[in-house]
Amino acid sequence: MCHQSVGLIQHQIEYAGITTVSISLLREITEKIRPPRALFVPFPLGYPLGEPNNSELQTRIMRAAFALLSRNDCPVLETFTP
Amino acid sequence: MILFTTKGSCKYMARLDDVDLVERLFLKGYPFHKYSPKPGDPIASAIAPLRKPLSVCTVALVTTAGLSLPDQPPFDITIKMGDSSFREFPADTAPQLLEMNQRSWSFDQTGILRDRNLAFPLDRLREMQQRGKIGAIAPHHYSFMGSIVGPRKLMTVSAPEVAHRLREDHVDVVLLTPV
Repeated sequence: MCHQSVGLIQHQIEYAGITTVSISLLREITEKIRPPRALFVPFPLGYPLGEPNNSELQTRIMRAAFALLSRNDCPVLETFTP
Repeated sequence: MILFTTKGSCKYMARLDDVDLVERLFLKGYPFHKYSPKPGDPIASAIAPLRKPLSVCTVALVTTAGLSLPDQPPFDITIKMGDSSFREFPADTAPQLLEMNQRSWSFDQTGILRDRNLAFPLDRLREMQQRGKIGAIAPHHYSFMGSIVGPRKLMTVSAPEVAHRLREDHVDVVLLTPV
């Protein structure tokens, strides 16, 4: 349900003219909701930025997500490789 | 049990099978098509291209982790269709002070309790700003509680309100994180 909520909120923010990107932990749900840009990460539910107290990994995930901001061939759904 | 390998890759990926049986059966029968984008829907098909480099953009965070400040009312986990309200946090919030209220127990909450940046990476955003990777940190950031079964109010009231506030703050980029 969290992924549906993120997608619905993301659509509204993008509609307001702001560029958005989201993290996805459940590809199946994100594919249904089709947010403009999403980065699928291979981590368990509850771990969108990978690992607690691992700032290096968290930063790499954020940079990979931000790299999708220039994409306008939406919906974009890329996979993060750790 | 969650196993991390040396390079931070995880041997354990989230799958629908992880969700407990009752919730999985619920998700199987849930009418996602009801809220998924329809052809020609102006909101679902909106694309806002990035008009300047990230290094000069103002960035905000939006999470559905159900976080709230100690002086804010926590999310109401008793609302059957889900609490569609949101909480607003100022840019100087210390992430670890945020409390978490979640209706969904289908995910492991212990990681976020150890480090709020796992879902609300405000400290990482500050580091990126200090290194010049982003231009500025938005004055306000937001949390919803994601387990909203009936999202009509979310779609018509609270999400548009947050979008409006982000615009008022001249935000260029938003990173959204589920749990």
